[in-house]
Amino acid sequence: MRPTLTIERCQLGSESFVNNETILSVKGLKTEFVLDEGTAKAVDGVSFKVDRGQVVGIVGESGCGKSVTIKSIMGIIQKPGKIVEGRIFFRLKQNEELVDLRSYDSRGEEMRNIRGNDIALIPQEPMAALSPVHTIGNQLVEAIRLHRNISKKEAEKVAVERMRQVGMPSPEERMSVYSWQLSGGLRQRVMIAMALMCNPRLLIADEPTTAIDVTTQAQVLSLLRELQSAQELAMIFITHDLGVVAQIADYVVVMYLGKVVEKGPVDDIFHSPGHPYTKALLASIPTIHTPAREELPTIGGSLPHPFNRPMGCPFHPRCAAFIPGTCDKIPPTLTKISSQHSVSCFLHSENLVDTQ
Amino acid sequence: MSTATTDPEELVDFDDAVLVAPNWKLVWWRFKKHRLAFYSGFIVILIVIIAAFPGFFSTQDPYESATRGSFMPPQGIHIWDKGPAFYAYAAIGKRNQTTLKMEWVVDEETKVPLRLFGRGYEWEVLGLFKSNIHLLALRNPDVDKPIHLLGTDRLGRDQWSRVLYGTQVSLSIGLLAVFLSTVIGIFLGGISGYFGGLTDMIIQRMIELLQSIPPIPIWLALSASLPRTWSVTQGYIAITAILALITWTGLAREVRGRFLVLREEDFVVAAKMSGCSRMRIVFRHMVPTLSSHIIAAVTLAIPVMIINETFLSFLGLGLRPPAISWGVLLQEAQNLQSVALAPWLMLPGVAVIVTVIALNILGDGLRDAADPYH
Amino acid sequence: MTDNSRSNEQLLLLEVKGLTKFFPIRSKGLRRKVIGQARAVDDVSFNIFEGETLGLVGESGCGKTTTARCIVRALDPTSGEILFSHSDRETVDIAALSDREMFPLRRDVQMIFQDPYASLNPRMNILDIIGESLLVIGGMKDRTKRSKRVAELLKLVGLRPEYMQRFPHAFSGGQRQRIVIARALALKPRLVVADEPVSALDVSVQAQVLNLMLKLQQELNLTYLFVAHDLSVVKHFCDRVAVMYLGKIVELALTTSLFEGPMHPYTKALMGAVPEADPRRKAAMVPLIGEVPSPVSPPSGCHFHPRCPHVTELCKTTMPALEEIRLGQFVRCHRAAELAAG
Repeated sequence: MRPTLTIERCQLGSESFVNNETILSVKGLKTEFVLDEGTAKAVDGVSFKVDRGQVVGIVGESGCGKSVTIKSIMGIIQKPGKIVEGRIFFRLKQNEELVDLRSYDSRGEEMRNIRGNDIALIPQEPMAALSPVHTIGNQLVEAIRLHRNISKKEAEKVAVERMRQVGMPSPEERMSVYSWQLSGGLRQRVMIAMALMCNPRLLIADEPTTAIDVTTQAQVLSLLRELQSAQELAMIFITHDLGVVAQIADYVVVMYLGKVVEKGPVDDIFHSPGHPYTKALLASIPTIHTPAREELPTIGGSLPHPFNRPMGCPFHPRCAAFIPGTCDKIPPTLTKISSQHSVSCFLHSENLVDTQ
Repeated sequence: MSTATTDPEELVDFDDAVLVAPNWKLVWWRFKKHRLAFYSGFIVILIVIIAAFPGFFSTQDPYESATRGSFMPPQGIHIWDKGPAFYAYAAIGKRNQTTLKMEWVVDEETKVPLRLFGRGYEWEVLGLFKSNIHLLALRNPDVDKPIHLLGTDRLGRDQWSRVLYGTQVSLSIGLLAVFLSTVIGIFLGGISGYFGGLTDMIIQRMIELLQSIPPIPIWLALSASLPRTWSVTQGYIAITAILALITWTGLAREVRGRFLVLREEDFVVAAKMSGCSRMRIVFRHMVPTLSSHIIAAVTLAIPVMIINETFLSFLGLGLRPPAISWGVLLQEAQNLQSVALAPWLMLPGVAVIVTVIALNILGDGLRDAADPYH
Repeated sequence: MTDNSRSNEQLLLLEVKGLTKFFPIRSKGLRRKVIGQARAVDDVSFNIFEGETLGLVGESGCGKTTTARCIVRALDPTSGEILFSHSDRETVDIAALSDREMFPLRRDVQMIFQDPYASLNPRMNILDIIGESLLVIGGMKDRTKRSKRVAELLKLVGLRPEYMQRFPHAFSGGQRQRIVIARALALKPRLVVADEPVSALDVSVQAQVLNLMLKLQQELNLTYLFVAHDLSVVKHFCDRVAVMYLGKIVELALTTSLFEGPMHPYTKALMGAVPEADPRRKAAMVPLIGEVPSPVSPPSGCHFHPRCPHVTELCKTTMPALEEIRLGQFVRCHRAAELAAG
């Protein structure tokens, strides 16, 4: 048996990062990819937590490490990637026990069970996750019976019920259909049904609406929101679309080059962003309210090469509020600017440093 | 917030060779990481050098026969004799009185001194001029009998030299046949893939027809129909053509498939927007994109050709003596008697195996380097 | 460049009339019989005036990209006219030209692609990529002259001229899109068809490319046909917008009128579905039901009727015409006037 982690034992430093409602708490996660050309620090010290019934949105542009973060959590990092540091606390469904997922063998029986029963994934490309040679019904039944000891007949009933739940039109008929016969939106519904099959604790959605159209995206988003609140699911929602994250998330983690630059309640992030990157990102998207056909504010420059990360704050070469001598020398740390809102930027930490 | 959108300083400047490297360089860098393929490349280069200058590496005229020196076993070279030395022992043949067979024993009394870059028989350098320098030669060619590193055959011809000349013939047939089939394959495959429609239909049906004919009877029939009176050169060209005509279909299919995919690529549409003619699109945009795949496919096709040639000649349907090729040499080892009495006659098979394996590994490495995502 | 200030003197640069593109669906057999038609673009008509930007919006499969590709003749239209007003003010029908006759027009009509990774030949360096049309159409045989012009173009799109020896893999997505733009502008075209030029780019880079395209339009008096699925980008970028659904234009209006008062139920649904980057404005969570039907067998009558909340019996049988309901606002809906009034 593994030692049970109590809340007291999870006090690292002064800050408590786990409470009774916490489903997942990631602490100082670092994942690296060691290649011949160099080491890419895909995830570089990421910490955040997800409470019961909370939707945490992770936003960032390509290469910010959001996908690697969730892959690390699920223990599905592929070689040459490797988690080098950090802890991933997760509260198990069966006995409410808090365990460190990193202490499991990622390919072992226990971790596989956790992946099936406790944590479920909705992938970006449902086509890649569904087998083209088995019917949707077969795949659902198989998924149910893998984790639950029930007969095939019963499993079929459950599958139809789940398909109805995710708004699949005429679910009985769709059971005998192949994935490639379905449209993108319906396929994503199948993936959601499959993910919810075993009543998971934590649902991880990896850009689930990126590959589908706006009107279908609206359907999928409202379905996810509905299911999530009905079942008090904890959910991590990964996206690069600020609009989507504003609509679905309760709490937002903004990532840039493998680091969390800002995290806070969704309203704070969108209405009083603290980090220059978040601000610039929000300003650079044209909305219904930006004046038409005028120059949009942009973030200068482009993302640095992953092997060529800037010193100090990763954002400083593109930052409008860059403080020479500070931002390019010392990496800033996440500093609380309100009870739930933290920013990793010297604009906010200076005062705090001074008063201490 | 910066509003400078068209700042020329925008590119993050880290000068790296990678940035200006054309594609072939990237392929080369990836290829170098594939150790086994890299070393195979060296072996292939060595084989190619041998094929280019077989005379230099040989010790004796491959056609020179010695009636009294048949079936001599391989002789070793010694480099130590109470101090550095370079010599071989002479061999003495005795006729077994009961079987009337020549039996060879090493005569440890008589040493045959050797030297590097010595003089020997005259050979032609790429058919341009003549030379009599050899990598390995007798120190006293007027006194000593020639040595046979791989023994001799039925007619007392030096097998080492014959294998080297065979390398030239077998490799060049392979290369030429592959070159021919590549040209046909790219041309027809390219037309088929780019134009599509009826052209594609006709070419595809033709390929299917060719592929549906069992290759061995076709080879047999074609080679058997070659007039016996043809000279070695004529036979050589005919065999090359036969090999090429049968094998172009595979490459044509591959090129067509890639063309079909490429045709839809945005950069091909962009080339059309830039006013490129169809010919320019095919040869400036599409073929270069395929070049590394073609090189890999070709490298993998050469060993197949070599095997085919060897196989045909072995059956006596390819090249015929006095031409020397690996297949012709192996023909000598066809009967049980020679295998039992002179097993070294099978050594040309080793040359075939080494060459084929090296080319295959090299081709695999090239393919991986050209297309790391497949 | 305000929306309503277009005078009558403004030159009609492009007039598309009844453009149709069907893709035949063939049987698997040897005879490859045509067993159906995918009606990708079905009787589409619109105008573009010189110097303006027309947006073409819709979801995947609505025919917007096919329309764009027909106009640049990357595809051959099935029927219809694409009248382009040539430099000498003569009008030619692009749809009727052969490849050879199209050749001189490539100077005037150029294209920007969606995927900057697929649209640059990885085997050619930037000089050769941008310089290709200069060589082939412009007849600029002298390499030094060409590289001088390419250097100008690179500066124009905000890249360093020294990078022209580099190969595409050395550039990021945004930089590649700048190269694509430079290539399109090499011969000073008049019409640039931009097929989702920013949708493959990161958010922060999208704004850079949009700004560049706006700046270039003003400097070079370009006319854009801007294909996109992102409504907020379209709203920001276009003077007029055409909304497409299953191969047909369902609404065509000035951007301001369209966004202030969308009249077609599909346009409304599309706008309602865009998630706004503001948690205080939760999207109307009554999403459109169902999905886009297949263009091989579109629904009878109005193609949108199975998903429309205002459907009537008439909608199921008769395809409505594209009618001007308000000034400058064309809508393809039987009930548009009625719904607008109510």
